Amino acid sequence: MAPKHRSPASTTPTPSSASHSSPTSTTPSSSKSSSSSKPNTPTHTLDAQQIITSIWRKYLSQTPQRVKLLDAFMGFLVVVAVLQFIYVVLVGNFPFNAFLSGFSATVGQFVLTASLRIQTNPDNGREFADLSHERAFADYVLGSLLLHFFCVNFIN
Amino acid sequence: MAATGGDQLLRQATSRNTRGLLRVIILALIAAAAVSSRLFSVIRFESIIHEFDPWFNFRATKYLVNNGFYSFWDWFDDRTWHPLGRVTGGTLYPGLMVTSGVIYHLLRFLTLPVDIRNICVLLAPGFSGLTALATYLLTAEMVTSPSAGLLAAAFMGIAPGYISRSVAGSYDNEAIAIFLLVFTFFLWIKAVKNGSVFWGALTALFYGYMVSAWGGYVFITNLLPLHAFVLICMGRYSPRLYVSYTSWYALGTLASMQIPFVGFLPIRSSEHMSALGVFGLLQLVAFTDYVRTQLPSKQFQTLLRALVLIIFVVALGGLVLLTVTGVIAPWTGRFYSLWDTGYAKIHIPIIASVSEHQPTAWPAFFFDLNMLIWLFPAGVYMCFKKLTDEQVFVVIYAVLASYFAGVMVRLMLTLTPIVCVASAMAFSQILDTYLDARSPKVAAKEEGKSDSAKLAAAAVLPEGLRSTRSPVVGVYAYISKLTVVGASLVYLLLFVLHCTWVTSNAYSSPSVVLASRLPDGSQHIIDDYREAYYWLRQNTPDDAKIMSWWDYGYQIGGMADRPTLVDNNTWNNTHIATVGKAMSSKEEVSYPIMRQHEVDYVLVVFGGLLGYSGDDINKFLWMVRIAEGIWPDEVKERDFFTARGEYRVDDEATKTMKDSLMYKMSYYNYNSLFPAGQAQDRVRGARLPAQGPELSTIEEAFTSENWIIRIYKVKDLDNFGRDHQSATAFEKGHKKKRAARRKGPRVLRVE
Repeated sequence: MAPKHRSPASTTPTPSSASHSSPTSTTPSSSKSSSSSKPNTPTHTLDAQQIITSIWRKYLSQTPQRVKLLDAFMGFLVVVAVLQFIYVVLVGNFPFNAFLSGFSATVGQFVLTASLRIQTNPDNGREFADLSHERAFADYVLGSLLLHFFCVNFIN
Repeated sequence: MAATGGDQLLRQATSRNTRGLLRVIILALIAAAAVSSRLFSVIRFESIIHEFDPWFNFRATKYLVNNGFYSFWDWFDDRTWHPLGRVTGGTLYPGLMVTSGVIYHLLRFLTLPVDIRNICVLLAPGFSGLTALATYLLTAEMVTSPSAGLLAAAFMGIAPGYISRSVAGSYDNEAIAIFLLVFTFFLWIKAVKNGSVFWGALTALFYGYMVSAWGGYVFITNLLPLHAFVLICMGRYSPRLYVSYTSWYALGTLASMQIPFVGFLPIRSSEHMSALGVFGLLQLVAFTDYVRTQLPSKQFQTLLRALVLIIFVVALGGLVLLTVTGVIAPWTGRFYSLWDTGYAKIHIPIIASVSEHQPTAWPAFFFDLNMLIWLFPAGVYMCFKKLTDEQVFVVIYAVLASYFAGVMVRLMLTLTPIVCVASAMAFSQILDTYLDARSPKVAAKEEGKSDSAKLAAAAVLPEGLRSTRSPVVGVYAYISKLTVVGASLVYLLLFVLHCTWVTSNAYSSPSVVLASRLPDGSQHIIDDYREAYYWLRQNTPDDAKIMSWWDYGYQIGGMADRPTLVDNNTWNNTHIATVGKAMSSKEEVSYPIMRQHEVDYVLVVFGGLLGYSGDDINKFLWMVRIAEGIWPDEVKERDFFTARGEYRVDDEATKTMKDSLMYKMSYYNYNSLFPAGQAQDRVRGARLPAQGPELSTIEEAFTSENWIIRIYKVKDLDNFGRDHQSATAFEKGHKKKRAARRKGPRVLRVE
């Protein structure tokens, strides 16, 4: 694990990973890279760094711009959630309602965005055959509206 | 019955539109049947709120209608749990009251001024019609056969298991909760099928509504994650599952936290942790799934499984650790009693004392579900045959609900919907097979048993019947068809008869008003409860505190409108134990307790004269047990049993029993109704002692017509500062002493 490429590479899987546990999300990527290195490189095992860079390149080249936008948004949400969590750990959770609604707003928005990403991803066209992108986006807006209504109501 | 009739009609109807119209008409008829079969109690008695809890809901609804939503939300009720009071707005499930409040205002807006009481009485039947509709929708998602949905709706409409909690006047949370339960499940299935945020959000919305309506929402909270988890374990993970589950969980949890009574429970209590765990698990699974599409690999499957397993174990360990360290609230007692039926009796008598928390007796299943109970396994088996995502749900639901229904009587309610769905699937399979097979049969006869006819029949028939097809006298014979269809018709008719009989005989009694038959067969109404409560309302000051066992707290609050010490909310065990102690102790002990709690009147229910078995002497042991839980040194259950371990009220009753306030209040003056030495308790079939009990600290204030309710007034402190015993002794002894004095001097004079 060379430190050079580690940081940009590890941010790539994170946006689409679990929202609440950033340490666990790096575990699969690293463990997977070590085990899946065999089929990728039949002759001799490469180190993890190269695999991650190859994933990163593949991601950059093959992902549509829209999906990248969603990924960036999801990454932002994870950062916000982590920040809130750190704040609670350091300062204390006095207005617990406020923390909860803030945190769950990020989690909920993350999940909804992930759903939108899954639904609009052309790879999943088989699963969502009768779901147009516009419909998916309308659902997304509805879900977000509900989510933020509940959060604002809960924040006290 | 309507469904079967309609079923045959459906076969004849050719065009799609006609079928759709017929379906609507049939559903409307089923809804009408569901509503009307719940009206027995209104017709027999009157439009009245039943039982105990509904009286509180009714009172809260009146408060909501009169004072508006916000003051209802912040309602602090100082007329219950005297002197503690109760933060009612924050400790109830407001869904029911808000629903009827909305209906009330809507009707008024439409210039239909309907009394709020009538809305409350008829709310449960109204929603049962909707439940039948929701069951239709749910079943229609499960199978393609349209008749299954209609059958399920008809079953749901008249199944006694559901009627028991939704007759007119039974204004309880379950009235709307079962509808919400079924409808939430329908939306969930729809969401899983379509993988749409829209349906997921709708599921969350109705889940939120359900949370606001009934504590049984925990059933949904655990069933949906379990469904998702089983699907993942079966290797059926799909992006659709991710979308539906996460959108439900993220929105639904927030929605449930809006209810003050639930509050932070979804992240604090263990009951909700499975949902959170599956949520986290799904994130991981989705992520790994995504990575897999980026990096196709053969070893990936095994890696994924191992990863999921490890994370699951780690999460479970973390949960256990958090529970042990106390960050997450441990399981509640009511939950423990779900796994260990003996738990409540040992640790929390107050939960065990409620009859609806007792384990179910076996005949109750047949009584409440009749033929559905044996069709039910067949339906579940049919789910195994195809096992799509939604049929996995049926299987899980069936297993869980059967277990819970066996543990707690009231949970029969959650079992009923799935029994209706599963048995309708089985039944419609039978009907479809034996009614559909008619057309290939006709063709076969015309063509003279040619092979082509057999092929046509094979195309129509389901797979499982192929083996029975080869003999000529198989299922095609008219005789077999007639037998099966005729038998199912008879079963259906019997089912309808049974349901109607059960509803009219077992579940339509308001229990506030009792009915009995006179020798000439005419109905005699025993209205002691209302008589007594009305007496309280008319003859006592507005703030007179009434002490009674907690069963009657809500009724006193609702009908007599007087403050009570304890009521059916049972949130404070110590307070209830205090009342139990006052009831089960000697007068000298009880009097200070009653003075401390400013009790003005004591109310007991006594069925000895009429043979009414649900009276306080029969509940007395629970009072003793609950009191013993708090004061094991002062109240002992053993003392209330005779040396031979019998619970007796006659001559052989123990001294503790005879001295207890409850015994005295029940039998005070009872002797005077009978010739000397003939006093008889008709509930316990016991002859009472010739000498009735004496009371000194309280005095009889009111006894209802049939002696069911007896009200005593707590005496004020004595004017001369004596204790009441010596005061009464003095009152009685006064005459004796005077007589003795008269005698005394005479004796002296003689000497």
